[in-house]
Amino acid sequence: MIQLNINGKSFNVDVEPDTPLLWAIREQVGLTGTKYGCGIAQCGACTVHIDGAPVRSCVMTAGAAVGKRITTIEGLAVNGVLTKVQKAWLEHDVPQCGYCQSGMIMAVSALLNDKPKPTDADIDAAITNICRCGTFQQVREAIHAAAKA
Amino acid sequence: MSHAPKISRRSFIISTAAAGGGLALGLNIPFGPGVVRAADGSPEVNAWVVIRPDDTVVIRIARSEMGQGTLTGLAQMVAEELECDWAKVTTEYPTPGQSVARKRVWGDYGTVGSRGIRQSHDYVRKGGATARTMLVQAAANEWKVPAPECSAANSVITHKPSGRTTTYGKVAEAAARLEPPKDVALKDPKDWKIIGKPMKRLDTIDKLTGKQVYGADIRLPGMLNAAIKDCPVFGGKVKSFDAGKAERMPGVKKVVRVEGSAIAVIADTWWHAKTALDAVNIEWDGGANAKVSSASIAEMLKDGLGAEQAFVHNEKGDVKAAIAGAAKKLEAVYAYPFQNHVTMEPMNATARYTADRCEVWCPTQNGEGALAATAAASGLPIEKCEVYKLHLGGGFGRRGAIHDYVRQAVLIAKEMPGTPVKLLWTREEDMLHGMYHPVMQAKLTGALDASGNLTGLRIRLAGQSILATIFPQALQNGKDPLSFQGFWPSGEHAFGYSIPNLLIDHAMRNTHVPPGFWRGVNINQNAIFLECFMDELARAAGQDALEFRRKLMAQHPKHLAVLNAVADKGGWGKPAARGVHRGLAHMMAFGSYVAACAEVSVSGGSKVKIHRIVAATDPGYAVNPAQIERQIAGSFVYGLSALFEQECTVKDGRMEQENFHQYNSMRIAQMPKVESIIMPSGGFWGGVGEPTICVAAPAVLNAIFSATGRRIRSFPLKNHGFQMV
Ligand code: FES
Ligand code: FES
Repeated sequence: MIQLNINGKSFNVDVEPDTPLLWAIREQVGLTGTKYGCGIAQCGACTVHIDGAPVRSCVMTAGAAVGKRITTIEGLAVNGVLTKVQKAWLEHDVPQCGYCQSGMIMAVSALLNDKPKPTDADIDAAITNICRCGTFQQVREAIHAAAKA
Repeated sequence: MSHAPKISRRSFIISTAAAGGGLALGLNIPFGPGVVRAADGSPEVNAWVVIRPDDTVVIRIARSEMGQGTLTGLAQMVAEELECDWAKVTTEYPTPGQSVARKRVWGDYGTVGSRGIRQSHDYVRKGGATARTMLVQAAANEWKVPAPECSAANSVITHKPSGRTTTYGKVAEAAARLEPPKDVALKDPKDWKIIGKPMKRLDTIDKLTGKQVYGADIRLPGMLNAAIKDCPVFGGKVKSFDAGKAERMPGVKKVVRVEGSAIAVIADTWWHAKTALDAVNIEWDGGANAKVSSASIAEMLKDGLGAEQAFVHNEKGDVKAAIAGAAKKLEAVYAYPFQNHVTMEPMNATARYTADRCEVWCPTQNGEGALAATAAASGLPIEKCEVYKLHLGGGFGRRGAIHDYVRQAVLIAKEMPGTPVKLLWTREEDMLHGMYHPVMQAKLTGALDASGNLTGLRIRLAGQSILATIFPQALQNGKDPLSFQGFWPSGEHAFGYSIPNLLIDHAMRNTHVPPGFWRGVNINQNAIFLECFMDELARAAGQDALEFRRKLMAQHPKHLAVLNAVADKGGWGKPAARGVHRGLAHMMAFGSYVAACAEVSVSGGSKVKIHRIVAATDPGYAVNPAQIERQIAGSFVYGLSALFEQECTVKDGRMEQENFHQYNSMRIAQMPKVESIIMPSGGFWGGVGEPTICVAAPAVLNAIFSATGRRIRSFPLKNHGFQMV
């Protein structure tokens, strides 16, 4: 049994400490917004924030996340109020299938916390998530819109 | 935009599963005779439209939403004729089981071949028009006035002479009791208010908050999880396995052999199942296929290039004579590899089996196909089976024709009667057991006369037929017409050039690798073969690539229009920025005309920067231009990822690539600026999700040639040292 702090709440999680954080979040905690796409840190679908920094949760163990502040896609909007990134995503109709978008939004939210007015080059360097539907053009527009909001 | 309260997909599924059906039929529910009701008791005006007392309009969508926007497009069509308030529209999937019970009242569920909209526009619009007529009639009855004195707009019915009004929600109950009109007139396209407008998608909000439940996310009470490994050699089987260690691992309930070819572990969590599966010692028997390699397949295809026997699909004049008498002859051989769809969400299905009922929750592009697979695997009659569709985390053709993952899930659930079991494939399993883009080679021979006119063109295709493997009943005397997409004499994949002597044929060479419909299907390679070779011919003739094409396109005005549009906007013939080179391509596929003009620069001889793509499409009618734009932009991500990075190679009978580190996909840094030209010319309905993919590769290849002088004829480009930057 380990204790995880997710979206401001503490959870007692019955899991072997070497279980990837992704699966502890999805299966034990039941927050399924964080997705599995590759399991080897390639696609970014599983991106969460650990103490505010973007992390691919498929390659971090649950044990290593103990004592840290974990934020998942479900923890972004507080009391149903969307963040400016989520609002920009809605306004620009970004998602297609949507499966990569939790990870995409988490990566972008971390970027904007770090660099509130990112350049295209900043975006290119920081956002390396795979989107098979190919939403990148709208993602870029929405990032700039969120930065202006 | 609609943020109307929805039943959450999950509670909908669970509650309806408990009730034993997706949509309750009127018979069981005491609201009065004859009215069919939705699960929440609201009346169906007809099969397509349910109206709640609060005026919410629930539009039924039979096709599947996998990101391509069909759900919103189809809702627009119904709403247009229904004259309802778009802000009050929400949608739901009727279940395939209900379709069986109601004699396919919603028509075809197949969401493949870019036909979600183009092959249902007529009956879904009629569904909306019929419902509107009934709602107006119900209001007229209540007011005791003639229906023609009433009109409907924005979900409000007005009696014109008296000015009285009512809303759809108030008359829906009465409307649902009326006899539907036999015939309804559809609006003239010029009067459309919702179709043709850039409406926002109806399915966005839950995708931003983590609420959207995909198949991989389903959680049912008491559910167990399964992971599977199928014999990596296609057609092989399990020789032996030792599950001793796995069975003692945490959470493991059962280790089972599935169909002789696969081993699955059932456990409390998926992570436990997957970890235990890795601990099962499996010995595979690949059989004769274990000898097959990419090289042996290439050899077989090469043999087809010179074979006597081939299926002819487009022939004119005497191409042999034209080539023999040519002032100049040009020949080239191209080859296209196997590719995997790699939907972002790996294959999965959740099944619950009992001796007299089998239910499946899954992502599928064809609910009816998933239901048939459920019935076949469970051994139960179809009436005792049900499928609950979830939005797909990508489809691209992988989840349309073959429901191998559904079959496996049902077989595994049969080992645990009464317990729901979710089967989720690892990415590795997904890449080792795709339904792959078929391999194809092509030999092209062109004949030019002394003035550089193209007098003859011969295209010999040699390679795999998808239909022969998975839909042999669709072959035409053995021939696979889909192999010739973009090369048809006429129809939805029509060839865009008039060449006096022409012969296009296909020497079918099938492999043990299962082929499937991969977004765009056979236009992907056919467009490369044709449009790159046209550039080669233009160069051999000493002519401009656009002018050379135009001379052959006088009889193909719609093909020409999209080509001209990209050439104009792309600045063809005008100087480009320093180091920037352009390439063109066009094609007709899935009923739409598409073209692209690419601008690239190449540094260090191998680093390709794609700066800008101008892409035009004429789909006849553009139901939602904003979503079409997104499909176009996304098509370049899919098509260019394939061109530069993606190939599945066969070694010892199995695929070598198992995850994204060996099968890369474009990132945002590589994304060109895509400028769409949507130019619907009206009078026909073409597809949107697939056609544009095919012009991505040849337009970029032609630009790369212009930049480097290198003509690449086998793919992906990484094999030639090229890199997309
Ligand atoms: S699932 Fe973690 S990066 Fe792909
Ligand atoms: S929206 Fe489908 S993978 Fe990104």
